[in-house]
Amino acid sequence: MNFEFAEEQELLREQARGFLSENCPGSAVRAVLDGEADYDAELWRKVAEMGWTATVIPEEFGGLGLSYLELVVIAEELGRSVAPIPFSSSVYLATEALLANGTLAQKEKWLPLLASGEAIGTFALAEGNGRPSVSSLSTRMTDDGLTGRKIPVPDGRAANFAIVVGATDSGDGASLYLVELDQEGVSQEVVRTLDFSRGHSVMVFNGAKAELLGGDGAGWSAMTALLDRAAVLFAWEQVGLADAALEQARDYAMGRYAFGRAIASYQAIKHKLAAMYVKNTLARSNCYYGAWALDSGSAELPLAAATARVGAIQASVFAAEENIQTHGGMGFTWEFDCQFYYRRAKLLSVGIGSEGYWQDRLVTAYEQTNVA
Amino acid sequence: MDFTDTQEEAAFRAEAAAWLKDNVPSQDELQGMNELEIAKMWQQRKYDAGWACIRWDKAFGGRNASAIEQVIWNQEESKYDVPGGFFVIGQGMAAPTLMTWGRPEHHERYLPKLASGEEIWCQLFSEPAGGSDLAALRTKAERDGDHWIVNGQKIWTSGAHYSDFGIVVVRTDPNVPKHKGLSYFFLDMKSPGVEIKPIRQLTGGANFNEVYFTDVRIPDSQRLGEVGQGWQVALTTLMNERAAIGGGGGGVNVDTAYRIASEVMIDDKPAIEDGAVRAKLANWYVQESGLRFTGYRSMTAMSRGEIPGPENSIGKLVGAPKNQEMASFCMDLLEMSGAIWDEKLSKEAGLLQLSYMGSPGLRIAGGTDEIMANIIAERVLGMPQEPRMDKGIPFTEVPTGNN
Ligand SMILES: Cc1cc2nc3c(=O)[nH]c(=O)nc-3n(C[C@H](O)[C@H](O)[C@H](O)COP(=O)(O)OP(=O)(O)OC[C@H]3O[C@@H](n4cnc5c(N)ncnc54)[C@H](O)[C@@H]3O)c2cc1C
Repeated sequence: MNFEFAEEQELLREQARGFLSENCPGSAVRAVLDGEADYDAELWRKVAEMGWTATVIPEEFGGLGLSYLELVVIAEELGRSVAPIPFSSSVYLATEALLANGTLAQKEKWLPLLASGEAIGTFALAEGNGRPSVSSLSTRMTDDGLTGRKIPVPDGRAANFAIVVGATDSGDGASLYLVELDQEGVSQEVVRTLDFSRGHSVMVFNGAKAELLGGDGAGWSAMTALLDRAAVLFAWEQVGLADAALEQARDYAMGRYAFGRAIASYQAIKHKLAAMYVKNTLARSNCYYGAWALDSGSAELPLAAATARVGAIQASVFAAEENIQTHGGMGFTWEFDCQFYYRRAKLLSVGIGSEGYWQDRLVTAYEQTNVA
Repeated sequence: MDFTDTQEEAAFRAEAAAWLKDNVPSQDELQGMNELEIAKMWQQRKYDAGWACIRWDKAFGGRNASAIEQVIWNQEESKYDVPGGFFVIGQGMAAPTLMTWGRPEHHERYLPKLASGEEIWCQLFSEPAGGSDLAALRTKAERDGDHWIVNGQKIWTSGAHYSDFGIVVVRTDPNVPKHKGLSYFFLDMKSPGVEIKPIRQLTGGANFNEVYFTDVRIPDSQRLGEVGQGWQVALTTLMNERAAIGGGGGGVNVDTAYRIASEVMIDDKPAIEDGAVRAKLANWYVQESGLRFTGYRSMTAMSRGEIPGPENSIGKLVGAPKNQEMASFCMDLLEMSGAIWDEKLSKEAGLLQLSYMGSPGLRIAGGTDEIMANIIAERVLGMPQEPRMDKGIPFTEVPTGNN
């Protein structure tokens, strides 16, 4: 047993942190937040050049064939820097969906493009308010092609293709479809979200050409498995973000004086930050477990993933909220970067299922692991 | 990163498991024995077979095991309901302090008997005037040739009544700032002038005591560290205390809560089907597993030679309130019957009520929640102390209150 990253992984972390502090400073996040672009295309190009999009894709498909332990290191650093790029959609969701469910032809077509960053993929599940279920899906394949409406779709306008969850009459009631977005049957409009450093859209399918990804009627279970995997990667981003928010709060508290002394010397502030540290640390330790389960293909993945995800949601949202509180009025300004963490923490927290979804999933997985 | 055993670790685990299977005493064997007798018998049995204090040097009864082997042993031993609490202070706190600050003859004389459970140690730190603010203690020691004469009072001393030795911090110079006037000793609890009076706890039990010292003579050879260096030596003990206590152990965990929630009903359906119940269990599971893996991570760090640091405060800071909340919540699930505390009538034989009544003590003993949060803020995050009224002035001039 060994509960640490290997030396190469620590080196990768150092390199990633250095790269992002240079190429993704607060001003880069702000540029997307303030501007019209859906994402930072220049950063995306550089990230792809670094090979990050290729991390776990096997070499035969143009990837680097590295492990998930490398990918989680990158995820943590991207979370820490609140990177305004479609990495989670393309790498944690679309790439994973293809790796798990694609035919050889589908993999041969898409994985090399995903690895090089030339293609961006996304994942379209939500169709509006409330927790998605098989019976709530109205998107489905018809004789004329795929019809339906997905909202919100993260990085939809940045993407070349989407993995779409649609209803079907067979099997578990759902299928995954791979849909190329540059076609007549697909239209998109911008949807404003609370984190517009990441573009979102409403995606309408009107007789769109679509191909099955995986078996017809095997989509719901494929999606559940996909979310388990993505949960670990999202959790690492969230933990990176949570630590960055804690550091920002600490640095500000050390330098801000009130009543003749640093606010960092007031116990109400100290205990608040200690609580952040505790949540972050427990979340991180659970993320180690998740990373290992993901990488080793362990049967414990559903439990490990949900545990990592719930802890990471709680830690990141708490850190982002209390970071603003620690800054006082300054924290509530557009000008200060506290808002980046606040926006992104909440976006990531609902992104692949809320805290409630994952709490329920955790107990279900616990029941399957321990009670069966 | 690898959460599974290497070949050697698997072999070690199998060896440990096999030994435990053959040697954990049966209920029959324990007939008529009290808890202390059972604990001593179990400890001696482990010692004789080389399974006591396994990380210690072979010469002192250990087996030079690695930190990871310690994790494995703990996992395997915790599958059985065997006692160990009596030895936590001696093995987990006094022993590492002896190892760091004691002389070879101390090691040879005391460590093996600590490992075998033959001798039990207690911790005489807290006083009426000094708990969180330990360095405010007043018990004084005056030099008399190659002895020290100790007068004063300790309080909250767990297990003093069954202990053979104690570690004690005393004031040897009241005229210097308070942290500089302390010295650290260990003493025989049977020394003339030591008087032990049990204190009844809110649980009804009486595990902690007042300990009075009247002209107690401690040989200078039982001093650890220099005269005036007692605070530094005490910090070694306290650092190890945090690692030793960890999450507080025992009590109500997710497995217990899950069992109860599956058995009791809310609106004619098992409580576990209720979304709010599931959410709470999930949160506690996250804490439990987070603590476990945080512990493992610091074990990996220790196996590289790092000493347990202030981050170990997390265990108690999370574990103790969690225990209290879980016990409270599980009693709520029982509705009106949650109040019944009777081994025959209560679910889980009264474990919930016992845990609930005991957990305020967990949140105070070994450093309160607030002190743990201070430690994390100051020692881990590097935030400044609050302004203090007791710095840089002689101990005798430090302000005091009337409680
Ligand atoms: C079950 C049990 C077993 C124990 N066993 C032992 C033992 O074996 N040996 C031993 O030496 N001691 C033992 N203790 C004593 C224990 O270490 C002290 O009770 C503890 O350190 C608190 O000290 P106090 O009781 O004097 O409370 P106080 O220090 O008076 O604290 C009262 C309250 O004030 C708060 N407070 C104090 N200072 C600060 C601060 N700077 N910032 C914020 N809040 C503060 C505390 O958190 C607490 O809420 C035991 C206690 C218990 C409950």
